[in-house]
Amino acid sequence: MIRFINVHKWFKDLHVLNGIDLQVAQGEVVVVCGPSGSGKSTLIRTVNQLESINEGEIWVDGKNVTDPKTDLNALRAEVGFVFQHFNLYPHLSVLDNITLSPMRVKKMERVAAEKRAEELLERVGLAHKKDAFPAQLSGGQQQRVAIARGLAMQPQVMLFDEPTSALDPEMIGEVLKVMKDLAESGMTMMVVTHEMGFAREVADRVVFVDHGRILEEAPPEEFFMRPQHERAQQFLRQLLTPMN
Amino acid sequence: MDFSQIVPALPALMEGMVVTLKLLVMAVLGGVVLGTFIALGRLSSNAFLSGLAKAYVNYFRSIPLLLVIIWFYLAVPMLLNWITGDFVPVGAFASCLVAFMMFEAAYYAEIVRAGIQAISRGQVNAAYALGMTYGQAMRLVILPQAFRKMLPLLLQQSIILFQDTSLVYAVGLMDFLNSARSRGDILGQPHEFLIFAGAVYFVISYCASYIVKRLQKRLVV
Repeated sequence: MIRFINVHKWFKDLHVLNGIDLQVAQGEVVVVCGPSGSGKSTLIRTVNQLESINEGEIWVDGKNVTDPKTDLNALRAEVGFVFQHFNLYPHLSVLDNITLSPMRVKKMERVAAEKRAEELLERVGLAHKKDAFPAQLSGGQQQRVAIARGLAMQPQVMLFDEPTSALDPEMIGEVLKVMKDLAESGMTMMVVTHEMGFAREVADRVVFVDHGRILEEAPPEEFFMRPQHERAQQFLRQLLTPMN
Repeated sequence: MDFSQIVPALPALMEGMVVTLKLLVMAVLGGVVLGTFIALGRLSSNAFLSGLAKAYVNYFRSIPLLLVIIWFYLAVPMLLNWITGDFVPVGAFASCLVAFMMFEAAYYAEIVRAGIQAISRGQVNAAYALGMTYGQAMRLVILPQAFRKMLPLLLQQSIILFQDTSLVYAVGLMDFLNSARSRGDILGQPHEFLIFAGAVYFVISYCASYIVKRLQKRLVV
């Protein structure tokens, strides 16, 4: 479904992505982790070309996203993206946030788009908030709306860029639960996260990135029990031992 | 001082005020639309477009409004003559309207540009990630938010324009100030009529400013 072939990216002198090769199969859930500044967020943003790349190829659903001839807008409509900071449209109600792209990009009828939006809100447990504005919601609720907004486009893949990093601890669970349900429904997912509990429970594969390279790629039990690379061992030690 | 002649003159002054307000509203609408396109041009990654927009803004912000008004009054008929081959009288109103629109667009463009830049990058990214084109992202996501933030500044600029419309006296357009001045001259009471006109400008501008400040406070909360 997603395929990175020898992907390189530089920010001026900084080599943020250094020869990434990775595949995500249909229905698979891949968690990408790594220290901050490792390039993992950049990596996931290249999939729908919110970040361009300098070298290599990225294929999504049989289309080369780095080919200038590819219709990027049509491709992005098939790839759901959930941001760290939710990025809901603050001037629109929850329902309008969800129906905007289906109506304007996919030319869906309002009635059908609203019906689908209400079903999705039901699914993320926020049916009663459809007329609220984003500022009236908690962070966890906003992120669940953002997930519903992404799903409203009926994407082939869902990408999550640190979806719980901006949340208060007590709200992380509700977002992870929605993501877990989504994974169980068979959605292809690529998730950048520090939530190792989620990775262990839901992921088919964990990918460890540092300094723009994939250093380790393994099923979760193997990654957590027997990390091969020294950097991965160090990373896990830091993550699993609380500072206090 | 004898203000008794003002009341009988009110209908004529009212006509002048209608011209002033018509000019103002049309110039604001045209100026904001044109200014928005110039702002988008300035923010464009296309060097030619952004250079052109920047030159436009800098040019019109560096010359006096009065000059623009006179220049358009003389140049627009000449240009039309040159294009169509006929002599088309455009009249003072149309040429003043074009002058105000183009002049104010430079100022509105800077306000709109700041407004767009104040919207977080995440909003554009979200719109793109959901399949929108540049045009859709701007029209549906960025500009509605930016205009909400900019509204007080745009209105403040429009109050300045309300006062500046009086410069049309240079090309003989009968706006509010010009009709008050000519009425006063005819009746031999120029001072009374000018004082009255000044009071009217003051009251309208002051009230409008006050309303804008209230609005600004409400939008902040």
